[in-house]
Amino acid sequence: MVERILEVERLSVDIQVPAGTLRAVQGINFHVDRGETLCIVGESGCGKSITALSLMNLLPSSATRTADKLELDGREIQNFDERQMADLRGDRLAMIFQEPMTSLNPAYTIGNQLEEAMLRHRNVSRSEARDRAVFLLEKVGITGARGRLKQYPHQLSGGLRQRVMIAMSLMCGPDLIIADEPTTALDVTIQAQILHLLADLQREFNMSLILITHDLGIVARVADRVAVMYAGEFVETGTADQVFNRPSHPYTQGLLNCIPIPGKTKRGAHLGAIPGIVPSLIGEMHGCHFASRCQFVQDDCLKGKIAFREATKGGHQYRCILSSAESARNLKKANAA
Amino acid sequence: MSKSVIEVAEATKTFMISAGFMRGKMPLHAVNGVSIDVQQGEVLGIVGESGCGKTTLARMMLGLLDPTSGAIKVNGQPVDNVDRLEVARQLQPIFQDPYSSLNPRKSIGDIVTLPLKVQGDPDPDTWKRRAEEMMEMVGLPSRVYNNFPSQLSGGQRQRVAIARALINRPEIVICDEPTSALDVSVQSQILNLLQDLRKEFGLTYIIISHNLAVVEHMATRVAVMYLGRVVEQADTETLFKSPKHPYTEALLGSVLTPVPGLGVPDTHLGAAYPNPIDPPSGCTFHPRCAKVMDCCSKQFPPTIPNKHGFVECHLYSQDAKPPKVAAKRGRAAAKKAVNGSGAAQKKSRKTRARASRRK
Repeated sequence: MVERILEVERLSVDIQVPAGTLRAVQGINFHVDRGETLCIVGESGCGKSITALSLMNLLPSSATRTADKLELDGREIQNFDERQMADLRGDRLAMIFQEPMTSLNPAYTIGNQLEEAMLRHRNVSRSEARDRAVFLLEKVGITGARGRLKQYPHQLSGGLRQRVMIAMSLMCGPDLIIADEPTTALDVTIQAQILHLLADLQREFNMSLILITHDLGIVARVADRVAVMYAGEFVETGTADQVFNRPSHPYTQGLLNCIPIPGKTKRGAHLGAIPGIVPSLIGEMHGCHFASRCQFVQDDCLKGKIAFREATKGGHQYRCILSSAESARNLKKANAA
Repeated sequence: MSKSVIEVAEATKTFMISAGFMRGKMPLHAVNGVSIDVQQGEVLGIVGESGCGKTTLARMMLGLLDPTSGAIKVNGQPVDNVDRLEVARQLQPIFQDPYSSLNPRKSIGDIVTLPLKVQGDPDPDTWKRRAEEMMEMVGLPSRVYNNFPSQLSGGQRQRVAIARALINRPEIVICDEPTSALDVSVQSQILNLLQDLRKEFGLTYIIISHNLAVVEHMATRVAVMYLGRVVEQADTETLFKSPKHPYTEALLGSVLTPVPGLGVPDTHLGAAYPNPIDPPSGCTFHPRCAKVMDCCSKQFPPTIPNKHGFVECHLYSQDAKPPKVAAKRGRAAAKKAVNGSGAAQKKSRKTRARASRRK
């Protein structure tokens, strides 16, 4: 029996900006089971980071969050006050941010920062917390861990800082880790190492992971399930296998056509492109959010909210008026071109 | 017969950086004896991790930095001797971040026509028309002529940077991470545009990137840099099909292609990029190398030319022993290299035991 760690229904985030209400996230549903990796992929401004922050209740004060359901481990956390949330953060829920340079406090040693979460949430002595920190630093591949505890973030390289961030998120053995672009600031070689490490640790501690990224390569390699996000909505969800081998939404198809793939894309050939830009999320939107950039747009695309339809059996859904046969035909055409 | 447009001969660049309070200065060899010829019409890709000296090399080619030693010639003339304006006419840069490389107080028109003004172009009346033509070529609507950079999207800003680089019709364009600040759907637009413009104007590109998929797609020849040295050079096809240097292999192994089910590759590279102030002895890659041999830590590897370019590695020299047990040792060395200190490992085992007892 799978254990459901997080269940989210109709999550929306509105942000008040001078020009009106920016509807950053518009009613998304998802869930994460124990030990599972969910990847949320999308371009900048699609609302993926806001989704992450809203789960942690770390949104800016100008933003409001609404949801029908926001259950962590079967407990509704929507109405938790700041103290109850603080009890969860770093304990049951942990977050790894994009920039290890800015998300560590430069004025404290890493030992201090690692121990903090443990001392806050568990009834332990400082030396026990330190042992746990050393244990985890070694787990994330840092040797000489005891000496490292006395160092400040600026004395570490980017890769090491990100390892420290990962160790920090593991201090209390959380159920769910939310990693927002954890490797974007790193070199490809380090990126591979960090992702490898995350996957190993996840298996070892049987944790769930929500990984937010714009890099389709990472998604394909790491994800169990994928949600493709565009302009505040999920446009396609399914297992990594389903989404990458049979992308059904025109946006997903377009995205996969945009990136050069060594050994597959012909060198120097024209890459696919998605013309136009992401629509403004301020105010009400009608119909399909992708309509303004879609090459298959029809009149019906702009009427009402487009419902999800099933692409293949087993939870592979996409939000489009094209039938799955039509979208398969489009995919074939795009691959042939 | 193609001619060399840029010749870099044994160029080095050494920065003196502070080693700490009251400790004087230490040399940092950012570029350490690099020789590259760029042929007319080719696309040379330069890849490597951050800190390997790719940007310093580009800045020296542009004449923005003087090499500490060695020579750089553009079209046969040394960069440091010729007039800056002359270099700028032949060679133009496109920078990584279109958010910081455009002056926010200048309108798009000002930005695109500025090179004409700087070069003292004789027909000021035609500037606007020519700028608009250029903007059309790079896919910018002429209505943005009076707009400011803050009103444009990232992709449009990069197009402005490209228009600015090309308005004086240079022969060579140096693109330093041209798409890494952009979204994937915009990245493909810019890459397509660069390809089209190359055909249109017969341009030579030098593309610096850490995105190997982009380099593979664009470049005709690739140079792999590690710690200030070019460790392997070959045409793109050969390099990606049969990489010779262990570093190139590891680098290519780290590329995550969007193929589900393959998992994340384990490259067995130590995490730590070595400290460039105090580089490892012999081959600078040996602490992270999976095929390390005895001679690697002692001798500087020879440059071994081959049909497609060259590789700088002991593995391919005549007198080197075949690496039998090397792979195993290499992994241990790589693990150690995560932080350099091996002594700490013993201690760590003890603490691990303590931690598990607590459980």
